[in-house]
Amino acid sequence: MSEIQRKAQEQMRTEGVLILGGGLTGGSLALVLASGGIPSVVIDAAPRARHFEEEFDGRASAVAAGSKRLLEVLGVWEAMAGEVQPIDDILVTEGRVSEGSFAHFLHFDHRETGRGPFGWLTENRHLRREIRRRLEEEPLITLVDETRIQDLTASPAEAEALSADGRSWRGALAVICEGRGSSTAEAAGFRHARWRYDQTGLVATIRHEKPHEGVAHEYFLPSGPFAVLPLTGNRSSLVWTEKPEPARAVMAAGEEAFLREVRRRMGGMLGGLELEGPRWSYPLSFSLAYDYVKPRLALLGDSAHAVHPIAGQGLNLGFRDVAALAEVLTEALRRGEDIGALDVLERYQRRRRFDNAAMGLGMDAMNRLFSNDSAILRAVRGFGISAVEKLAPLKRRFMAQAAGEMGDLPRLLRGEPL
Amino acid sequence: MTALRHPQDASSADPQEIEKFSRMAESWWDPTGPFRPLHKMNPVRLDYVRDQICGQFDRDPQAPRALEGLRILDVGCGGGLLSEPLARMGAQVVGVDAAERNIPVARLHAERMGLEIDYRAGTVEALAEAGELFDAVVCLEVVEHVAHLADFVKSCAEVVRPGGILVASTLARTPQSFAMAIVGAEYLLRWLPRGTHDWRKFVNPVELDAAFIVAGLETADVSGFVYSPFRDSWRRDPRDLSCNYAAAAVKPAAALLIEDAPGALAP
Repeated sequence: MSEIQRKAQEQMRTEGVLILGGGLTGGSLALVLASGGIPSVVIDAAPRARHFEEEFDGRASAVAAGSKRLLEVLGVWEAMAGEVQPIDDILVTEGRVSEGSFAHFLHFDHRETGRGPFGWLTENRHLRREIRRRLEEEPLITLVDETRIQDLTASPAEAEALSADGRSWRGALAVICEGRGSSTAEAAGFRHARWRYDQTGLVATIRHEKPHEGVAHEYFLPSGPFAVLPLTGNRSSLVWTEKPEPARAVMAAGEEAFLREVRRRMGGMLGGLELEGPRWSYPLSFSLAYDYVKPRLALLGDSAHAVHPIAGQGLNLGFRDVAALAEVLTEALRRGEDIGALDVLERYQRRRRFDNAAMGLGMDAMNRLFSNDSAILRAVRGFGISAVEKLAPLKRRFMAQAAGEMGDLPRLLRGEPL
Repeated sequence: MTALRHPQDASSADPQEIEKFSRMAESWWDPTGPFRPLHKMNPVRLDYVRDQICGQFDRDPQAPRALEGLRILDVGCGGGLLSEPLARMGAQVVGVDAAERNIPVARLHAERMGLEIDYRAGTVEALAEAGELFDAVVCLEVVEHVAHLADFVKSCAEVVRPGGILVASTLARTPQSFAMAIVGAEYLLRWLPRGTHDWRKFVNPVELDAAFIVAGLETADVSGFVYSPFRDSWRRDPRDLSCNYAAAAVKPAAALLIEDAPGALAP
């Protein structure tokens, strides 16, 4: 081994970070760390081509203002120009499919916050592709594809990841960003509070005759929320929460029958509809880790907290984790601390655990309140929606929260460098 | 003890001794153990030390390895809680401690972390006699434990090279520090074993300043460290010197001394 290789390996062991999972959060963590001078190895089970596939991931995400700033700092946002749609208004409606008439409207208008759009809708595949492109340009990042981690150990001085085929990587710490239900996190002894929702999430992209004018529609129906989110052009992303039984039927139905069900829920406001690409379905569940950190190990994003997609906050919470962890680690590195030490990692946990639990439980409560057909609850939420509409300060608070503007913001989410 | 000079050489060492020191090393480095208050305070202390040294040597404190190449002495190094971060910031560190049994503990931990640090059992007086010189000398939470403050500071100043800097931190002798460091930390919260501190030996800022002057140093900065129970962390406060505080003093460069001397500028 040459002297340079030996030094690089030594630096990796003492300062570098192992990132397990190269998705949207794992990839952006590697990029932020590189911008702060911290090297990383990103290990992912998927082959490289997966990041560039058009049809791998049909989901779209609402990128909040804070997340957008993070993506700008990383040089990902500019590359996505033309593929993001600003959300100028949010229209919340409550009702029953059969009634067709919707009594209570809650209108969030971005002009009221004076902060610009509520967020930007983009298809996850664009994010995935551009993050991967940036990862491949970064000299401080090593990408390891098509590799499953079989064993993860934390010794007093380092974390070590061992693959099924016997290769190993060492770093000052390992961050698990493998999404919900990570088996690596479970094997490492992290415990979660979890429950399943009796709901399935259906996702599809539709083309429509009339323009959406940048309006996001959220319908609270008894089976769960049904959202129509504006994409670029005359296209929208459907996020449809349904009971498992009808969800299976809807998935199995032909395009015509599927679109008929869609029209029954959203009405004819967008004119004629047609499907773009395939439909996806996901069982919905909730999980929240009791601890985010152990010596030399940390959980991030959905591996720490998988929330209900009701308000499209999952990815934004993940980006907030990324910004907070990167800030904690770069500050620690600049003062010469051991970045994998428990007292350093606990600073990240302290900053994120409360925020994530509050958001996760809030989404859960909202889903439970609205996914119910009880007459009393319908009256309560009808009253609630009208009341929020009339109370301007409360409404602004909701809007700020949805835009990710509340709480102790990491510098990157305020648009400042590390 | 000889065998322990090279703790990595297991064959020549007594396994029982290694085991004993390993257990102690865990304790020095356990953020929830008896040294918990030092761990909690370490970030604010490290930022202060780094910022003062960078200020003196015109370096960017936010740059990675901000102390690259500087020779730094850590007086009263203990298990190496300060020496290791200084080494990670790029400094060549010598750690000295009069409590001999700390040295193998510190060595073992540094070895495990892959850091090169020159740990020595002994006193700063011995280093001064040997004529050693350092760009910076750091003694944190030490001056309240020494027998004679002025002599100790003088010895520290002797090993600072002209144009170099001395950074010290300690506790002021005030009712607040009695309430916090003795009643709070030792009796109520039990963060520290009782008797860790003798309040009468705490050092007020004016006393430290006087010791600097006698030792030929110029005080560059004094700042307080304030604990916030709500955030369970410490922050720097330049105005509140009532409990924990730190001070930095520089040794004038030789050229300056000549210029300052009476008649030095006369033709």
